[in-house]
Amino acid sequence: MSNDNMQFDLKIWKQEDGDSQGAFQEYHMEGVSEDMSFLEMLDLLNEKLIKNGDEPVEFDYDCREGICGACSLVVNGIAHGPKEETPVCELYMREFEDGQEIVIEPWRAAAFPVIKDLVVDRSAFDRIMAAGGYISTKTGSAPEANTIAVDKEDADKAFDYATCIGCGACVAACPNSSASLFTGAKISHLSLLPQGKHERKERAVRMVEQMEKEGFGDCSNHAECEAVCPVGISISAIARMRKEYMRAVTES
Amino acid sequence: MPSLVDAARSQVGRKILSGITGILLGIFIIFHLIGNLTLFGSEQAFNIYSHTLESMGIFLYLFEIGLVLVFLVHAYIGVAIWLRKRKRRPVGYEKYSSMGDPSKQTFSSRSMIFTGIILLIFTVTHVATFKYGDTQMITVDGTQMKDLKALVINTFQNPWYVIYYIVVMILLGFHLRHGAWSAFTSLTMKGGTKTSAVVYTVGTIFAVLMAVGFLFIPLYIYATGGTGALIAS
Repeated sequence: MSNDNMQFDLKIWKQEDGDSQGAFQEYHMEGVSEDMSFLEMLDLLNEKLIKNGDEPVEFDYDCREGICGACSLVVNGIAHGPKEETPVCELYMREFEDGQEIVIEPWRAAAFPVIKDLVVDRSAFDRIMAAGGYISTKTGSAPEANTIAVDKEDADKAFDYATCIGCGACVAACPNSSASLFTGAKISHLSLLPQGKHERKERAVRMVEQMEKEGFGDCSNHAECEAVCPVGISISAIARMRKEYMRAVTES
Repeated sequence: MPSLVDAARSQVGRKILSGITGILLGIFIIFHLIGNLTLFGSEQAFNIYSHTLESMGIFLYLFEIGLVLVFLVHAYIGVAIWLRKRKRRPVGYEKYSSMGDPSKQTFSSRSMIFTGIILLIFTVTHVATFKYGDTQMITVDGTQMKDLKALVINTFQNPWYVIYYIVVMILLGFHLRHGAWSAFTSLTMKGGTKTSAVVYTVGTIFAVLMAVGFLFIPLYIYATGGTGALIAS
């Protein structure tokens, strides 16, 4: 039998817009099923708030299946909540104790300003991507898939880094608000593939420079990012980013 | 492409420089500890060792200048990162916790700025006590030299000095625990999750060895009144 009547004391960050001062608001929730996802629990809260004529809690989501990287909640002090390698949209209420207090906050970083409540502006990541997170190629009909051979091992590694969904949990969890894991994953993914090797130097330099320009902090090797990453990207991505950057500045 | 100077100032460059200077300081303290352990050698081993160092003249000065530079660069980067990080998250979390393994976020990693500043202050007082402290001259095998051994033994008869040294050496252990891991991680180009676990364990063992090695000396001297069996006289 699943528990359909869990209760929670929610403490949620409310903030009108980027310019106003935010504060926590407390909500008591009843009738939560343990099979609800964390976002469904918030949907239930919002339904109740709207029915009562109160303002709902704004939070980001899209696919709700761990692919899009839109969801971005710090739950009880951990980005994406307590379950490892799980984004908050795939986190279920059975992971919590009945009656427990749950503190919900937005990603906190100067580079991710709050838009409203729990929604933050992550366009800094888009600008890091625009600085070099691509390969230049002629578009048109698709090339023959087997003309460029990629070693199985390299393809697997590149894929591991490519799984980054750009959610920003690494920044949120980092004590220094560093975006090294995100930027490292993008640089590593492309530098491992033949299609990405031509522009590897410019890419590494531009993306590292953009990361700093956006106001992300220094990496201090706390490795908290790897622990909260919903797709389990290893800090070896950061090591590869450093290698790519140093290669670019030392080789002519 | 950025110049090497620009690169050194970048986030990647700063971290690599911090790692290199950290490793140099780590190598220095290994030799420092080995040198200190001559206190437990023959009667004048420690004095002969320190006299040999002092007799190096210009080479010693060059080495000391280099060491001070390495120390300052390391401290500067650490303080700069800490100052910057405060701007990077103007509104902090109401509740913040570590996810746990494979995170390496610990008291060690969070207190680097605190332990680092204490170590910097300690180093100044330590040099003042032992390099510029009052010593008697003695003659060993016809050579005049400072009786640094007597200064060390006398200094550590004062319980406050002993406590000060023990506390700072424990903090050194915490600093080295994260520092060894972090320096290695910044400088190696392929740290995977499995390698990380090994590096972290080896770093922790190094940190404990250094901390225990250094704090054992004042503790032993105080506990035995400087006449313990390990100290030849």
